Amino acid sequence: MKVKSTLENYLFVLPAVIIFTIFYIIPFIWVFQLAFYDWDGIMPTKFFVGLGNFIEILQDKIWWRSIWQAGYITLIALTFQNALAFLLAWACDRQIRMKNFYRLIFFIPPVLSEVVVGLVWQWILDGNYGLLNHWLVSLGFPHLVRNWLSDPKTALTTVAIVHSWKGFGWGFLIFLAGLQTIPRELYEAARVDGANAWESFRRITLPLMIPVAVLVGILTILGTMQAFVLIIAMTGGGPAYHTQVPVLRILASMRGSSRFGYACAQGITFGIILVIVSFIQYRFSKRARQYQ
Amino acid sequence: MKTGLYYKTKRITINLFIHLFLLSVAVTCIFPLLWMVASSLKTQETIFRDMSFIPKEWHFENYYRAWREGGFGRNFLNSLFYTTSVVIGIIIVASLAAYAFSRLRFPGQNVFFAMFMAAMMIPIPGSFVPLYVLLNKLHLRNTALGYILCMINVGLSTSIFLLKTFFDKMPKELEDAARIDGCSKLGIWWHVALPLAKPVLAVVVVFNALNVWNEYVLALIIFDAKPLMPLQVALMTFQGEFITQYPLLMAGLTITALPIIIVYLFMQRYIVKGVTQGAIVG
Repeated sequence: MKVKSTLENYLFVLPAVIIFTIFYIIPFIWVFQLAFYDWDGIMPTKFFVGLGNFIEILQDKIWWRSIWQAGYITLIALTFQNALAFLLAWACDRQIRMKNFYRLIFFIPPVLSEVVVGLVWQWILDGNYGLLNHWLVSLGFPHLVRNWLSDPKTALTTVAIVHSWKGFGWGFLIFLAGLQTIPRELYEAARVDGANAWESFRRITLPLMIPVAVLVGILTILGTMQAFVLIIAMTGGGPAYHTQVPVLRILASMRGSSRFGYACAQGITFGIILVIVSFIQYRFSKRARQYQ
Repeated sequence: MKTGLYYKTKRITINLFIHLFLLSVAVTCIFPLLWMVASSLKTQETIFRDMSFIPKEWHFENYYRAWREGGFGRNFLNSLFYTTSVVIGIIIVASLAAYAFSRLRFPGQNVFFAMFMAAMMIPIPGSFVPLYVLLNKLHLRNTALGYILCMINVGLSTSIFLLKTFFDKMPKELEDAARIDGCSKLGIWWHVALPLAKPVLAVVVVFNALNVWNEYVLALIIFDAKPLMPLQVALMTFQGEFITQYPLLMAGLTITALPIIIVYLFMQRYIVKGVTQGAIVG
Protein backbone atom coordinates (compact mmCIF):
# COMPACT_ATOMS: atom_id res chain seq x y z
CA MET A 1 0.00 0.00 0.00
CA LYS A 2 2.77 2.41 1.04
CA VAL A 3 4.92 1.43 -1.97
CA LYS A 4 2.03 1.85 -4.34
CA SER A 5 1.32 5.28 -2.95
CA THR A 6 4.96 6.37 -3.33
CA LEU A 7 5.03 5.10 -6.91
CA GLU A 8 1.87 7.05 -7.57
CA ASN A 9 3.56 10.17 -6.24
CA TYR A 10 6.47 9.67 -8.62
CA LEU A 11 4.04 9.63 -11.53
CA PHE A 12 3.25 13.27 -10.79
CA VAL A 13 6.83 14.43 -11.37
CA LEU A 14 7.64 11.87 -14.07
CA PRO A 15 6.65 13.92 -17.15
CA ALA A 16 8.57 16.97 -15.90
CA VAL A 17 11.63 14.90 -15.01
CA ILE A 18 11.67 13.09 -18.37
CA ILE A 19 11.42 16.29 -20.40
CA PHE A 20 13.98 17.99 -18.17
CA THR A 21 16.43 15.08 -18.46
CA ILE A 22 16.21 14.85 -22.23
CA PHE A 23 16.20 18.54 -23.06
CA TYR A 24 18.27 20.02 -20.26
CA ILE A 25 20.54 17.50 -18.51
CA ILE A 26 21.68 15.53 -21.58
CA PRO A 27 22.54 18.67 -23.59
CA PHE A 28 24.27 20.06 -20.48
CA ILE A 29 26.51 16.99 -20.28
CA TRP A 30 27.11 17.01 -24.03
CA VAL A 31 28.41 20.58 -23.97
CA PHE A 32 31.22 19.44 -21.69
CA GLN A 33 31.88 16.36 -23.81
CA LEU A 34 31.78 17.98 -27.23
CA ALA A 35 34.07 20.80 -26.13
CA PHE A 36 37.01 18.36 -26.30
CA TYR A 37 36.29 17.23 -29.85
CA ASP A 38 36.60 18.60 -33.32
CA TRP A 39 33.33 17.79 -35.03
CA ASP A 40 31.28 19.21 -37.88
CA GLY A 41 27.94 18.02 -36.52
CA ILE A 42 27.33 15.53 -39.33
CA MET A 43 30.24 13.08 -39.59
CA PRO A 44 29.83 9.88 -37.58
CA THR A 45 33.37 10.24 -36.23
CA LYS A 46 34.56 12.97 -33.90
CA PHE A 47 38.25 13.84 -33.43
CA PHE A 48 39.42 14.12 -29.87
CA VAL A 49 41.51 17.26 -29.54
CA GLY A 50 41.83 17.51 -25.76
CA LEU A 51 42.14 21.14 -24.71
CA GLY A 52 42.76 22.18 -28.32
CA ASN A 53 39.52 24.11 -28.61
CA PHE A 54 40.18 26.05 -25.42
CA ILE A 55 43.72 26.89 -26.46
CA GLU A 56 42.37 28.16 -29.74
CA ILE A 57 39.82 30.29 -27.89
CA LEU A 58 42.64 31.98 -25.96
CA GLN A 59 44.05 33.18 -29.28
CA ASP A 60 40.71 33.97 -30.92
CA LYS A 61 40.85 37.76 -31.18
CA ILE A 62 37.28 38.13 -32.46
CA TRP A 63 36.00 36.06 -29.57
CA TRP A 64 37.59 38.25 -26.89
CA ARG A 65 36.57 41.33 -28.75
CA SER A 66 32.97 40.07 -28.74
CA ILE A 67 33.18 39.69 -24.97
CA TRP A 68 34.44 43.27 -24.55
CA GLN A 69 31.68 44.51 -26.78
CA ALA A 70 29.04 42.67 -24.76
CA GLY A 71 30.69 44.19 -21.69
CA TYR A 72 30.38 47.65 -23.21
CA ILE A 73 26.67 47.15 -23.94
CA THR A 74 26.24 45.85 -20.39
CA LEU A 75 28.00 48.89 -18.97
CA ILE A 76 25.58 51.19 -20.78
CA ALA A 77 22.66 49.06 -19.62
CA LEU A 78 23.90 49.14 -16.01
CA THR A 79 24.37 52.89 -15.93
CA PHE A 80 22.13 54.63 -18.43
CA GLN A 81 19.29 52.09 -18.59
CA ASN A 82 19.08 51.42 -14.86
CA ALA A 83 19.46 55.07 -13.88
CA LEU A 84 16.59 55.87 -16.21
CA ALA A 85 14.56 52.99 -14.79
CA PHE A 86 15.16 54.19 -11.26
CA LEU A 87 14.34 57.83 -12.01
CA LEU A 88 11.11 56.84 -13.73
CA ALA A 89 10.13 54.54 -10.87
CA TRP A 90 10.92 57.27 -8.36
CA ALA A 91 8.81 59.77 -10.30
CA CYS A 92 5.94 57.29 -10.52
CA ASP A 93 6.12 56.39 -6.84
CA ARG A 94 4.85 59.84 -5.81
CA GLN A 95 1.21 60.67 -5.68
CA ILE A 96 0.87 61.53 -9.28
CA ARG A 97 -1.83 61.23 -11.87
CA MET A 98 -1.72 58.76 -14.76
CA LYS A 99 0.66 56.52 -12.82
CA ASN A 100 -0.97 53.39 -14.27
CA PHE A 101 -0.84 54.83 -17.76
CA TYR A 102 2.93 55.37 -17.53
CA ARG A 103 3.43 51.90 -16.11
CA LEU A 104 1.42 50.46 -18.98
CA ILE A 105 3.48 52.28 -21.60
CA PHE A 106 6.94 51.66 -20.11
CA PHE A 107 6.50 47.93 -20.23
CA ILE A 108 5.49 47.78 -23.89
CA PRO A 109 9.07 47.54 -25.26
CA PRO A 110 9.93 44.59 -22.98
CA VAL A 111 6.95 42.51 -24.11
CA LEU A 112 7.79 42.93 -27.80
CA SER A 113 10.10 40.42 -29.42
CA GLU A 114 13.72 41.30 -30.10
CA VAL A 115 13.15 40.61 -33.78
CA VAL A 116 10.32 43.13 -34.00
CA VAL A 117 12.19 45.76 -31.99
CA GLY A 118 15.41 45.19 -33.92
CA LEU A 119 13.83 45.40 -37.37
CA VAL A 120 11.73 48.47 -36.54
CA TRP A 121 14.72 50.34 -35.12
CA GLN A 122 16.87 49.26 -38.02
CA TRP A 123 14.34 50.97 -40.28
CA ILE A 124 14.22 54.10 -38.12
CA LEU A 125 18.03 54.29 -38.02
CA ASP A 126 18.52 53.56 -41.73
CA GLY A 127 21.26 55.79 -43.12
CA ASN A 128 19.47 56.87 -46.28
CA TYR A 129 15.76 56.74 -45.59
CA GLY A 130 15.60 56.51 -41.80
CA LEU A 131 13.30 58.62 -39.68
CA LEU A 132 16.05 59.69 -37.27
CA ASN A 133 18.25 61.21 -39.97
CA HIS A 134 15.19 62.86 -41.50
CA TRP A 135 14.39 64.47 -38.16
CA LEU A 136 17.98 65.57 -37.65
CA VAL A 137 17.92 67.35 -41.00
CA SER A 138 14.51 68.94 -40.36
CA LEU A 139 15.59 70.16 -36.93
CA GLY A 140 18.71 71.74 -38.39
CA PHE A 141 21.42 69.29 -37.38
CA PRO A 142 22.46 67.88 -40.77
CA HIS A 143 26.04 67.44 -39.54
CA LEU A 144 24.81 64.77 -37.09
CA VAL A 145 23.38 62.60 -39.86
CA ARG A 146 25.12 59.24 -40.21
CA ASN A 147 24.73 55.60 -41.01
CA TRP A 148 24.04 54.75 -37.40
CA LEU A 149 24.22 50.99 -37.76
CA SER A 150 26.78 50.59 -40.54
CA ASP A 151 29.28 53.17 -39.30
CA PRO A 152 31.85 51.35 -37.13
CA LYS A 153 32.09 54.41 -34.88
CA THR A 154 28.43 54.47 -33.89
CA ALA A 155 27.14 50.93 -34.46
CA LEU A 156 27.90 49.45 -31.04
CA THR A 157 26.63 52.41 -29.01
CA THR A 158 23.50 52.60 -31.13
CA VAL A 159 22.81 48.92 -30.53
CA ALA A 160 23.41 49.43 -26.79
CA ILE A 161 20.94 52.31 -26.65
CA VAL A 162 18.23 50.35 -28.46
CA HIS A 163 18.92 47.49 -26.05
CA SER A 164 18.40 49.90 -23.15
CA TRP A 165 15.21 51.17 -24.76
CA LYS A 166 13.89 47.63 -24.88
CA GLY A 167 15.02 46.72 -21.38
CA PHE A 168 14.50 49.64 -19.00
CA GLY A 169 10.86 48.63 -18.36
CA TRP A 170 12.02 45.58 -16.39
CA GLY A 171 14.15 47.62 -14.01
CA PHE A 172 11.38 50.21 -13.78
CA LEU A 173 8.79 47.64 -12.63
CA ILE A 174 11.14 46.05 -10.09
CA PHE A 175 12.31 49.42 -8.71
CA LEU A 176 8.70 50.61 -8.47
CA ALA A 177 7.68 47.47 -6.60
CA GLY A 178 10.64 48.03 -4.27
CA LEU A 179 9.81 51.69 -3.67
CA GLN A 180 6.24 50.83 -2.83
CA THR A 181 7.34 48.52 -0.04
CA ILE A 182 8.91 51.48 1.83
CA PRO A 183 6.42 52.49 4.54
CA ARG A 184 5.05 56.00 4.01
CA GLU A 185 5.33 56.65 7.76
CA LEU A 186 9.11 56.75 7.42
CA TYR A 187 8.88 59.73 5.07
CA GLU A 188 6.28 61.35 7.32
CA ALA A 189 8.49 60.94 10.36
CA ALA A 190 11.49 62.36 8.50
CA ARG A 191 9.45 65.38 7.42
CA VAL A 192 8.28 66.02 10.94
CA ASP A 193 11.92 65.89 12.03
CA GLY A 194 12.65 68.63 9.52
CA ALA A 195 14.29 66.62 6.74
CA ASN A 196 13.92 68.06 3.26
CA ALA A 197 13.13 66.03 0.17
CA TRP A 198 16.77 65.41 -0.71
CA GLU A 199 17.67 64.31 2.81
CA SER A 200 14.83 61.84 3.08
CA PHE A 201 15.73 60.51 -0.36
CA ARG A 202 19.35 60.02 0.68
CA ARG A 203 18.69 58.66 4.17
CA ILE A 204 15.58 56.54 3.56
CA THR A 205 15.04 55.74 -0.11
CA LEU A 206 18.61 55.05 -1.20
CA PRO A 207 19.67 52.70 1.63
CA LEU A 208 16.44 50.72 1.45
CA MET A 209 16.73 50.38 -2.31
CA ILE A 210 20.26 48.96 -2.37
CA PRO A 211 19.18 45.28 -2.28
CA VAL A 212 16.72 45.98 -5.09
CA ALA A 213 19.40 47.76 -7.09
CA VAL A 214 21.73 44.80 -6.66
CA LEU A 215 19.01 42.46 -7.89
CA VAL A 216 18.32 44.65 -10.92
CA GLY A 217 22.08 44.87 -11.50
CA ILE A 218 22.59 41.10 -11.53
CA LEU A 219 19.57 40.57 -13.79
CA THR A 220 20.87 43.29 -16.13
CA ILE A 221 24.35 41.78 -16.34
CA LEU A 222 23.16 38.22 -16.97
CA GLY A 223 20.52 39.37 -19.44
CA THR A 224 22.62 41.86 -21.39
CA MET A 225 25.78 39.78 -21.67
CA GLN A 226 23.73 37.02 -23.29
CA ALA A 227 21.60 39.26 -25.51
CA PHE A 228 22.09 38.66 -29.21
CA VAL A 229 18.79 38.33 -31.10
CA LEU A 230 18.29 42.09 -31.11
CA ILE A 231 21.77 42.44 -32.63
CA ILE A 232 21.07 39.81 -35.28
CA ALA A 233 17.98 41.79 -36.27
CA MET A 234 19.78 45.16 -36.30
CA THR A 235 23.28 44.58 -37.67
CA GLY A 236 23.89 40.82 -37.88
CA GLY A 237 27.12 41.47 -35.96
CA GLY A 238 28.58 43.91 -38.45
CA PRO A 239 30.00 46.20 -39.66
CA ALA A 240 33.18 44.11 -39.70
CA TYR A 241 32.62 42.46 -36.30
CA HIS A 242 31.93 45.78 -34.57
CA THR A 243 28.74 44.55 -32.93
CA GLN A 244 29.67 40.90 -32.41
CA VAL A 245 28.75 39.45 -29.02
CA PRO A 246 29.69 36.03 -27.56
CA VAL A 247 26.44 34.16 -28.21
CA LEU A 248 26.53 35.41 -31.78
CA ARG A 249 30.05 33.96 -32.09
CA ILE A 250 28.81 30.61 -30.71
CA LEU A 251 25.99 30.60 -33.25
CA ALA A 252 28.47 31.46 -36.01
CA SER A 253 30.85 28.67 -34.97
CA MET A 254 27.98 26.23 -35.16
CA ARG A 255 26.06 27.38 -38.21
CA GLY A 256 28.66 29.33 -40.15
CA SER A 257 31.77 27.19 -39.80
CA SER A 258 30.15 23.91 -38.61
CA ARG A 259 32.51 23.60 -35.66
CA PHE A 260 30.31 22.10 -32.98
CA GLY A 261 33.14 21.28 -30.58
CA TYR A 262 34.54 24.79 -30.76
CA ALA A 263 31.08 26.28 -30.25
CA CYS A 264 30.63 24.20 -27.07
CA ALA A 265 34.05 25.26 -25.77
CA GLN A 266 33.07 28.89 -26.36
CA GLY A 267 29.82 28.26 -24.48
CA ILE A 268 31.68 26.86 -21.47
CA THR A 269 34.24 29.69 -21.45
CA PHE A 270 31.50 32.27 -21.57
CA GLY A 271 29.39 30.48 -18.94
CA ILE A 272 32.35 30.55 -16.54
CA ILE A 273 32.87 34.27 -17.18
CA LEU A 274 29.20 34.95 -16.43
CA VAL A 275 29.31 33.02 -13.16
CA ILE A 276 32.47 34.89 -12.07
CA VAL A 277 30.98 38.28 -12.95
CA SER A 278 27.76 37.73 -11.06
CA PHE A 279 29.70 36.35 -8.10
CA ILE A 280 31.86 39.50 -7.98
CA GLN A 281 28.79 41.70 -8.18
CA TYR A 282 27.20 39.72 -5.36
CA ARG A 283 30.27 40.13 -3.14
CA PHE A 284 30.52 43.85 -3.85
CA SER A 285 26.88 44.35 -3.01
CA LYS A 286 27.29 42.52 0.28
CA ARG A 287 30.11 44.85 1.23
CA ALA A 288 28.12 47.89 0.12
CA ARG A 289 25.31 46.78 2.40
CA GLN A 290 27.66 46.46 5.36
CA TYR A 291 28.72 50.08 5.02
CA GLN A 292 25.17 51.32 5.20
CA MET B 1 6.88 83.61 5.85
CA LYS B 2 6.14 81.27 3.01
CA THR B 3 2.45 80.99 2.37
CA GLY B 4 0.33 78.02 1.41
CA LEU B 5 0.13 79.43 -2.07
CA TYR B 6 3.92 79.32 -2.35
CA TYR B 7 4.01 75.61 -1.50
CA LYS B 8 1.12 74.90 -3.82
CA THR B 9 2.78 76.62 -6.77
CA LYS B 10 6.02 74.86 -6.00
CA ARG B 11 4.33 71.47 -5.94
CA ILE B 12 2.50 72.11 -9.19
CA THR B 13 5.71 73.20 -10.91
CA ILE B 14 7.56 70.11 -9.70
CA ASN B 15 4.73 67.85 -10.81
CA LEU B 16 4.70 69.55 -14.19
CA PHE B 17 8.37 68.76 -14.73
CA ILE B 18 7.87 65.20 -13.59
CA HIS B 19 5.04 64.75 -16.05
CA LEU B 20 7.12 66.25 -18.83
CA PHE B 21 9.89 63.77 -18.07
CA LEU B 22 7.53 60.78 -17.87
CA LEU B 23 5.62 61.83 -20.98
CA SER B 24 8.74 62.29 -23.08
CA VAL B 25 9.90 58.77 -22.19
CA ALA B 26 6.41 57.44 -22.90
CA VAL B 27 6.49 59.07 -26.36
CA THR B 28 9.88 57.46 -26.99
CA CYS B 29 8.32 54.10 -26.17
CA ILE B 30 5.41 54.56 -28.54
CA PHE B 31 6.65 56.34 -31.65
CA PRO B 32 8.63 53.36 -33.09
CA LEU B 33 5.43 51.35 -33.05
CA LEU B 34 3.43 54.14 -34.67
CA TRP B 35 6.17 54.46 -37.27
CA MET B 36 5.98 50.71 -37.89
CA VAL B 37 2.22 50.92 -38.52
CA ALA B 38 2.56 54.09 -40.61
CA SER B 39 5.26 52.47 -42.76
CA SER B 40 3.15 49.38 -43.23
CA LEU B 41 0.45 51.49 -44.89
CA LYS B 42 2.70 53.14 -47.47
CA THR B 43 3.66 51.81 -50.88
CA GLN B 44 7.02 50.74 -52.17
CA GLU B 45 7.21 54.06 -54.04
CA THR B 46 6.16 56.43 -51.28
CA ILE B 47 7.86 54.81 -48.29
CA PHE B 48 11.27 56.30 -49.02
CA ARG B 49 9.93 59.82 -49.51
CA ASP B 50 6.81 60.14 -47.37
CA MET B 51 7.99 60.84 -43.82
CA SER B 52 4.53 61.41 -42.33
CA PHE B 53 3.15 59.42 -39.44
CA ILE B 54 -0.32 59.57 -40.98
CA PRO B 55 0.02 58.72 -44.68
CA LYS B 56 -2.43 60.29 -47.11
CA GLU B 57 -3.53 56.96 -48.54
CA TRP B 58 -3.79 53.91 -46.36
CA HIS B 59 -2.74 50.81 -48.27
CA PHE B 60 -4.29 48.09 -46.20
CA GLU B 61 -3.67 45.67 -49.06
CA ASN B 62 -0.10 45.45 -47.75
CA TYR B 63 -1.46 43.34 -44.94
CA TYR B 64 -3.25 41.05 -47.35
CA ARG B 65 -0.08 40.75 -49.44
CA ALA B 66 2.12 40.12 -46.40
CA TRP B 67 -0.34 37.49 -45.22
CA ARG B 68 -0.59 35.72 -48.61
CA GLU B 69 2.46 36.51 -50.75
CA GLY B 70 4.84 37.10 -47.86
CA GLY B 71 3.62 33.83 -46.37
CA PHE B 72 3.13 35.37 -42.94
CA GLY B 73 -0.38 33.89 -42.69
CA ARG B 74 1.06 30.41 -42.51
CA ASN B 75 3.72 31.47 -40.02
CA PHE B 76 1.15 33.26 -37.90
CA LEU B 77 -0.88 30.07 -37.57
CA ASN B 78 2.33 28.17 -36.77
CA SER B 79 3.18 30.62 -33.99
CA LEU B 80 -0.35 30.35 -32.66
CA PHE B 81 -0.19 26.55 -32.72
CA TYR B 82 3.23 26.36 -31.02
CA THR B 83 2.25 28.89 -28.37
CA THR B 84 -0.99 27.12 -27.48
CA SER B 85 0.57 23.66 -27.43
CA VAL B 86 3.53 24.71 -25.30
CA VAL B 87 1.36 26.61 -22.82
CA ILE B 88 -1.06 23.68 -22.41
CA GLY B 89 1.88 21.32 -22.05
CA ILE B 90 3.56 23.48 -19.43
CA ILE B 91 0.35 23.92 -17.44
CA ILE B 92 -0.16 20.16 -17.18
CA VAL B 93 3.43 19.03 -16.69
CA ALA B 94 4.48 21.87 -14.36
CA SER B 95 1.37 21.84 -12.20
CA LEU B 96 1.55 18.07 -11.72
CA ALA B 97 5.16 18.35 -10.61
CA ALA B 98 4.60 21.48 -8.49
CA TYR B 99 1.64 19.84 -6.75
CA ALA B 100 3.75 16.77 -5.95
CA PHE B 101 6.65 18.90 -4.68
CA SER B 102 4.26 20.83 -2.45
CA ARG B 103 1.84 18.20 -1.17
CA LEU B 104 3.09 14.65 -1.78
CA ARG B 105 5.99 12.85 -0.15
CA PHE B 106 8.46 10.61 -1.98
CA PRO B 107 12.18 9.82 -1.68
CA GLY B 108 14.47 12.15 -3.62
CA GLN B 109 11.86 14.89 -3.66
CA ASN B 110 14.22 17.65 -2.56
CA VAL B 111 16.92 16.58 -4.98
CA PHE B 112 14.53 16.75 -7.92
CA PHE B 113 13.22 20.13 -6.86
CA ALA B 114 16.73 21.52 -6.35
CA MET B 115 17.57 20.29 -9.84
CA PHE B 116 14.80 22.33 -11.41
CA MET B 117 15.74 25.38 -9.37
CA ALA B 118 19.42 25.07 -10.28
CA ALA B 119 18.45 25.06 -13.96
CA MET B 120 16.78 28.42 -13.38
CA MET B 121 19.97 29.96 -12.00
CA ILE B 122 22.78 28.44 -14.08
CA PRO B 123 23.24 30.11 -17.44
CA ILE B 124 24.40 27.84 -20.26
CA PRO B 125 25.09 30.15 -23.16
CA GLY B 126 24.99 28.23 -26.41
CA SER B 127 22.90 25.36 -25.08
CA PHE B 128 21.30 25.37 -28.52
CA VAL B 129 24.38 23.60 -29.91
CA PRO B 130 23.86 20.25 -28.13
CA LEU B 131 20.08 20.63 -28.48
CA TYR B 132 20.55 20.72 -32.23
CA VAL B 133 22.62 17.52 -32.09
CA LEU B 134 20.11 15.84 -29.80
CA LEU B 135 17.09 16.70 -31.94
CA ASN B 136 18.92 15.45 -35.01
CA LYS B 137 19.56 12.13 -33.29
CA LEU B 138 15.94 11.80 -32.18
CA HIS B 139 14.74 12.79 -35.69
CA LEU B 140 12.84 15.64 -34.06
CA ARG B 141 14.60 18.44 -35.89
CA ASN B 142 12.41 20.19 -38.43
CA THR B 143 9.33 18.89 -36.63
CA ALA B 144 6.71 20.77 -34.67
CA LEU B 145 6.94 18.21 -31.86
CA GLY B 146 10.66 18.80 -31.38
CA TYR B 147 10.17 22.54 -31.03
CA ILE B 148 7.18 22.18 -28.70
CA LEU B 149 9.03 19.80 -26.36
CA CYS B 150 12.08 22.09 -26.26
CA MET B 151 9.94 25.09 -25.41
CA ILE B 152 8.04 23.18 -22.72
CA ASN B 153 11.42 22.47 -21.15
CA VAL B 154 12.40 26.14 -21.36
CA GLY B 155 9.37 27.26 -19.34
CA LEU B 156 9.29 24.34 -16.94
CA SER B 157 11.53 25.48 -14.06
CA THR B 158 10.04 28.93 -13.53
CA SER B 159 6.50 27.61 -13.86
CA ILE B 160 7.12 24.85 -11.32
CA PHE B 161 8.59 27.42 -8.94
CA LEU B 162 5.64 29.83 -9.25
CA LEU B 163 3.07 27.05 -8.88
CA LYS B 164 4.81 25.37 -5.95
CA THR B 165 5.06 28.68 -4.09
CA PHE B 166 1.33 29.10 -4.56
CA PHE B 167 0.42 25.54 -3.53
CA ASP B 168 2.56 25.89 -0.39
CA LYS B 169 0.47 28.82 0.78
CA MET B 170 -2.87 27.27 -0.19
CA PRO B 171 -5.01 26.03 2.74
CA LYS B 172 -5.24 22.24 2.89
CA GLU B 173 -8.84 21.95 4.11
CA LEU B 174 -10.50 21.68 0.71
CA GLU B 175 -8.11 18.94 -0.38
CA ASP B 176 -8.68 17.06 2.90
CA ALA B 177 -12.42 17.25 2.38
CA ALA B 178 -12.07 15.90 -1.16
CA ARG B 179 -9.87 13.07 0.09
CA ILE B 180 -12.45 12.06 2.70
CA ASP B 181 -15.03 12.02 -0.07
CA GLY B 182 -12.87 9.40 -1.77
CA CYS B 183 -11.25 11.56 -4.40
CA SER B 184 -7.97 10.18 -5.83
CA LYS B 185 -4.74 12.21 -5.79
CA LEU B 186 -5.06 12.90 -9.48
CA GLY B 187 -8.68 13.88 -8.91
CA ILE B 188 -7.71 16.33 -6.19
CA TRP B 189 -5.04 17.87 -8.42
CA TRP B 190 -7.53 18.33 -11.26
CA HIS B 191 -10.74 19.18 -9.37
CA VAL B 192 -9.41 21.07 -6.35
CA ALA B 193 -5.83 22.31 -6.72
CA LEU B 194 -5.89 23.54 -10.32
CA PRO B 195 -9.14 25.55 -10.05
CA LEU B 196 -7.84 27.20 -6.87
CA ALA B 197 -4.56 28.06 -8.58
CA LYS B 198 -6.25 30.16 -11.30
CA PRO B 199 -4.56 33.46 -10.36
CA VAL B 200 -1.06 32.01 -10.56
CA LEU B 201 -1.98 29.91 -13.60
CA ALA B 202 -2.83 33.19 -15.34
CA VAL B 203 0.70 34.45 -14.64
CA VAL B 204 2.18 31.18 -15.91
CA VAL B 205 0.04 31.27 -19.07
CA VAL B 206 0.78 34.90 -19.93
CA PHE B 207 4.52 34.62 -19.34
CA ASN B 208 5.00 31.42 -21.26
CA ALA B 209 2.76 32.59 -24.08
CA LEU B 210 4.83 35.78 -24.51
CA ASN B 211 8.01 33.77 -24.26
CA VAL B 212 7.05 31.23 -26.94
CA TRP B 213 5.55 33.80 -29.30
CA ASN B 214 8.74 35.89 -29.10
CA GLU B 215 11.24 33.02 -29.16
CA TYR B 216 13.78 33.12 -31.97
CA VAL B 217 16.97 31.10 -31.65
CA LEU B 218 15.62 27.61 -31.02
CA ALA B 219 13.14 28.03 -33.84
CA LEU B 220 16.05 29.18 -36.02
CA ILE B 221 18.12 26.06 -35.44
CA ILE B 222 15.19 23.61 -35.42
CA PHE B 223 13.31 24.61 -38.58
CA ASP B 224 14.81 24.59 -42.07
CA ALA B 225 11.49 24.47 -43.86
CA LYS B 226 9.67 27.79 -44.16
CA PRO B 227 6.16 26.25 -43.88
CA LEU B 228 7.01 25.14 -40.35
CA MET B 229 8.63 28.36 -39.12
CA PRO B 230 7.04 30.61 -36.51
CA LEU B 231 6.74 34.33 -37.22
CA GLN B 232 9.99 35.53 -35.65
CA VAL B 233 12.19 33.36 -37.87
CA ALA B 234 10.01 33.96 -40.92
CA LEU B 235 10.40 37.73 -40.45
CA MET B 236 14.17 37.47 -40.44
CA THR B 237 14.11 35.16 -43.47
CA PHE B 238 11.83 37.59 -45.29
CA GLN B 239 14.10 40.51 -44.44
CA GLY B 240 17.08 38.56 -45.74
CA GLU B 241 15.35 37.75 -49.03
CA PHE B 242 13.60 41.04 -49.80
CA ILE B 243 15.82 43.65 -48.19
CA THR B 244 13.97 46.71 -49.42
CA GLN B 245 10.36 45.49 -49.23
CA TYR B 246 9.78 47.71 -46.22
CA PRO B 247 5.98 48.10 -46.44
CA LEU B 248 5.45 44.33 -46.46
CA LEU B 249 8.07 43.80 -43.77
CA MET B 250 6.44 46.44 -41.56
CA ALA B 251 3.04 44.83 -42.15
CA GLY B 252 4.57 41.50 -41.10
CA LEU B 253 6.03 43.11 -37.99
CA THR B 254 2.68 44.65 -37.12
CA ILE B 255 0.98 41.28 -37.55
CA THR B 256 3.57 39.82 -35.17
CA ALA B 257 3.43 42.57 -32.57
CA LEU B 258 -0.32 43.15 -32.46
CA PRO B 259 -1.39 39.94 -30.64
CA ILE B 260 1.33 40.53 -28.04
CA ILE B 261 0.18 44.10 -27.42
CA ILE B 262 -3.45 43.04 -27.16
CA VAL B 263 -2.63 40.24 -24.71
CA TYR B 264 -0.46 42.66 -22.76
CA LEU B 265 -3.15 45.32 -22.50
CA PHE B 266 -5.66 42.80 -21.18
CA MET B 267 -3.35 40.83 -18.91
CA GLN B 268 -1.17 43.70 -17.64
CA ARG B 269 -2.01 42.94 -14.01
CA TYR B 270 -0.62 39.41 -14.26
CA ILE B 271 2.51 40.55 -16.04
CA VAL B 272 3.34 43.09 -13.34
CA LYS B 273 2.75 40.39 -10.75
CA GLY B 274 4.92 37.92 -12.63
CA VAL B 275 7.81 40.35 -13.01
CA THR B 276 7.86 41.30 -9.35
CA GLN B 277 7.50 37.66 -8.24
CA GLY B 278 9.97 36.45 -10.83
CA ALA B 279 12.45 39.06 -9.65
CA ILE B 280 12.33 37.59 -6.17
CA VAL B 281 13.35 34.24 -7.66
CA GLY B 282 16.48 35.74 -9.18
